[in-house]
Amino acid sequence: MTTTSVSKGCFVFKPSAKKKKKTLSLDNSEIRFKLCQDLWHKIRADTEVLQDELNRKILDSLLDFTRKCSSTRQHSDWASQMRASEIPTAALVLGVNVPDHDMTFQSLSELLQQSVTPHVASVQAKECGALKHLMKRVLERLMDTVVTVDDEEEEETEQTSTQLHKSVHCSLSTLCDWYNAKTMKSKTGTPGKKRSSPVRDDPQQPPVVIIFKDLEAFNPKVLQDFILICSRYVERLPLMFIFGIATSPSTIQHMLPHSVSSLLCIELFQSLSCTQHLATVIDKLILTPQFPFKLNGKVMQVLMSIFLYHDFSVRNFIKGVQLALLEHFHSQPLSVLCCKKKEALLNVMQLSHHDLESIRHLLSFRRYVEKQEPQEQLNLFRDDTHLKEVCQKLIKDLRKYHKNYYPVLRCLHTLTSSLPRYPLGKQVRELHLICLEKNVWENEDYQTAMKLLKMLAKDELIASLQRCVEILQPVKSKKMKKALVELEELLTLLEMNESRRAKKLSPFEVLRNEALEFIDGLVKSHLSPPESQTLNEVCYYSSSATVRRHLNATPRTSIQAALSSPYYYLQSLKTEDGTVSNAAPDICIAYKLHLECGRLINLYDWLEAYATVVSAAEGNNPDSDNVRKVEEVKHARFIQAVSELEFLGFIKSTKQKTDHVARLTWGGC
Amino acid sequence: MTHFTHIKMCDLHIYSYPSIFIYGHRASGKSHVMHVLLKELELPHATVSCVECVSVALLFEQVLLSFFGCDAASLLPRSPSLSDFVRIYRQQCSQSPAKQTRYIVMEKAELLRDTDANLLPALLRLQELVEDNVTIILLSEIVWDKFRPNTGCFEPLLLHFPDYSKGELQQILSQDRHPSYTAEFYSSYINILLGVFYSVCRDLRELRHLAALNFSKFCEPLAEGKVKETDTHKLWRNIEPHLKKAMQTVYLREVSSLQWEQMQQMEEKESGALRGLSAHTHVELPYYSKFLLIAAYLASYNPARTDKRFFLKVDRFNFTPKNLLNHLLGPKPFPLDRLLAIFYSVVDNRVAPTASIFSQISSLVTLQLLTQVSHDDQLDAPKYKCAVSMDFICAISRTVNFDIVKYLYDFL
Repeated sequence: MTTTSVSKGCFVFKPSAKKKKKTLSLDNSEIRFKLCQDLWHKIRADTEVLQDELNRKILDSLLDFTRKCSSTRQHSDWASQMRASEIPTAALVLGVNVPDHDMTFQSLSELLQQSVTPHVASVQAKECGALKHLMKRVLERLMDTVVTVDDEEEEETEQTSTQLHKSVHCSLSTLCDWYNAKTMKSKTGTPGKKRSSPVRDDPQQPPVVIIFKDLEAFNPKVLQDFILICSRYVERLPLMFIFGIATSPSTIQHMLPHSVSSLLCIELFQSLSCTQHLATVIDKLILTPQFPFKLNGKVMQVLMSIFLYHDFSVRNFIKGVQLALLEHFHSQPLSVLCCKKKEALLNVMQLSHHDLESIRHLLSFRRYVEKQEPQEQLNLFRDDTHLKEVCQKLIKDLRKYHKNYYPVLRCLHTLTSSLPRYPLGKQVRELHLICLEKNVWENEDYQTAMKLLKMLAKDELIASLQRCVEILQPVKSKKMKKALVELEELLTLLEMNESRRAKKLSPFEVLRNEALEFIDGLVKSHLSPPESQTLNEVCYYSSSATVRRHLNATPRTSIQAALSSPYYYLQSLKTEDGTVSNAAPDICIAYKLHLECGRLINLYDWLEAYATVVSAAEGNNPDSDNVRKVEEVKHARFIQAVSELEFLGFIKSTKQKTDHVARLTWGGC
Repeated sequence: MTHFTHIKMCDLHIYSYPSIFIYGHRASGKSHVMHVLLKELELPHATVSCVECVSVALLFEQVLLSFFGCDAASLLPRSPSLSDFVRIYRQQCSQSPAKQTRYIVMEKAELLRDTDANLLPALLRLQELVEDNVTIILLSEIVWDKFRPNTGCFEPLLLHFPDYSKGELQQILSQDRHPSYTAEFYSSYINILLGVFYSVCRDLRELRHLAALNFSKFCEPLAEGKVKETDTHKLWRNIEPHLKKAMQTVYLREVSSLQWEQMQQMEEKESGALRGLSAHTHVELPYYSKFLLIAAYLASYNPARTDKRFFLKVDRFNFTPKNLLNHLLGPKPFPLDRLLAIFYSVVDNRVAPTASIFSQISSLVTLQLLTQVSHDDQLDAPKYKCAVSMDFICAISRTVNFDIVKYLYDFL
């Protein structure tokens, strides 16, 4: 779906009712596509908002820092004059999840431009190999923001041409002149276009901010020289640096010697850790009934392990969710029901006979049918209209299940997350994973957690239950409202009763057990795994293998698969027994033959074997005389196959025996 | 300031000495003296910082600009050679002949050694080349012996700026006194400051910076009315521990001057919370990245022939390692294959050789935790080195419950 809008944002495209009737008959892929797009736009918009919120604190403090620095510059008291030669520098520690940084820097420079200074330039290490490139980028970006500097660009790029040039060079003095001209102009022109906040300092002297996005990757020498040059101009040009650091602030000391770092006035800003970031994203995106699309336990596990084991990148996590979303709507025809309640109920009525048949084949539905009366069973299988009605009911049930599941999950987490050794995990996502897999109350850890809870002191228990009440309060579901009332009653009773040590159970202890039994009851009735729910296939995406294959590619395995079983990729080569047919590509035959050899392979033997196989494929009798001599074409094809294998790293030439090659992999066929 | 007399300004009609080389430590007044001298005497001069001249074109341009104006500078071709410069210079100076010696001051002249081999010798006898009364003054922190090219060159006049003595430092520092306090008071402050810092730092610039930062604290008891200006001893007792603390923090740039000022405004109890830059060494890494880094460390510090002993399940026979030898020698390069082989044997569960494992290696390189030894273009069997310290890797291993010391050849 496309829009003419240039801005990023969430665009909801309501499917037109007319179109639906037409298309739903046989193929509902268009509707599914629309649903998928809507859902994705919503998810993306939500995560962007979320990320902005998470970054707000650190960005605000950075903005304050820049404002403060530029205002102290203009003070004329003795102390600030004495240290005016330092360049204010913000060291922004962002963590190793480099893919996520772009977004932060994007919003940072936008915010800076909005509220502090129009002069912001960000540079990346890969475009600044040498000092002059760095200079050039900084100048270009600073001056580009307001004026066109076409002649400036030509200046540097074309060093070879011999035409005469104007006296503009890639040096900071050029920038100084430009800056002076700029500020002079704005003094006479219209000052302060919009939003004149009280903190906003003299707009005539806005600082010049240079953002180094990835400090670690910069060449230390280039950076040092650049800082040295800048410090010569700092009196004329209110410069300011922001260092984006992925590892730790001590990198600055490793990269810059004292003579250089003494020119900087470094302040540290630590951003939220990526695990916290992910926790918030999961909280708002996954653990909510708001989005009808769900991931099952295994897919969740794959995405989590990619995050924890491989990249720490929240952006990639969201991309993974997007992939699962696309795959779900693409591969599951019944995903047409994976949408808002109203729409879903409407779509149920539009289901074709074919769709209904596939519902009848769903595992969860068959389980449901088995529990029904025989007459009802027959109706469900025969009567399409009846099935539609039942489906509507089932969809409603599924929604109710989700509405209750998440609050109860959170309640259980608040209770167990403070227990020693975290029997049910420290993070709510761990508990969620446990619940997705099987009945949580059959879990051994759950039993221990319950035992530990039964030993809680009064104040702790009350505090936890209080938080549970807070969680349940905003939930709009009958069952949860009822649970809330009961819980509040229990709480008041608990608060009234003293806890005393006695042989006999004190009233407090009785109540405590009662409260925990109540919680246990809630868990048992609401935290059953989604697989037990009828029609869960509509909402839950379960193909973890697909997600893994797409997100965590294994190049070597793919190459080996292609070589040993080419029919996997080339359908025409399919044979009954699954062995390599003689008609397979040359490299596959050579590969197959080389598997039979030891560490060293005699090239001539290999060639012979190859020629035999190929001639057999061409229908010649391998024993007849005229094919015994290897043809030149076959020879050439063999050499090509061998060099391809060498290129792929399976063999290499060896000096031990001249007519041999060495194998680089182990194992045979 | 005592150096003024050393530089003798030459007679107007005789050409002055073609080149002067001035060396001395950082902040020993080289640039300052030259600047003041040339300005006070109103001599025609061009001051160029070599660090700023990313290309020689910039150098030439700045010289021409300050001697003959921007018209002359614009005559330079796009990537000018030395002879272009000399040609334009001669052309210009025939139009406006020198009434006095012209001076070209080159700061951080040590960088000239990295430019074209002929630039430095040519600059040293520029006078001959352009036939003008011009003197090149090179300023450097390095002695002349380290400059002299193999082919030999014109020997400049050497001048040494010695370090300032304690008394001189005291005099200079006392000059930028706070306007609202008396000179004696500020001077006594400088005296105390030097008493603490002189043994570790003689850099005028640093001392000046420190003086500015700590003065407000020094004045505190005065403002509160507890002490009189003349009561030096009490003032000393107040400021001394404070200065000691400054020596460990702000002097090393562990905390910035701004933070230091905020710390002064805060009460003592809160200021402990502020940690220096080097206190933040902890790096959070993905699980497999940690193991890759551990494997890289092992590959860098263990000899390749010992890999069998550590990673094969055969009983280890006794051997006596040479104490810490590998750690003293620093990390050694290793090929990618070896890194992966060690990685697969140290990581506890089976890992598929996925693309993300490989991309983690390259991201470790961009984070500078590993360094690539071979050239970027070499795709076949790239070589790496581990660039993290023992402490760092121990901290990383602890988070994944891996006892790295057991696997290090030096510590067996």
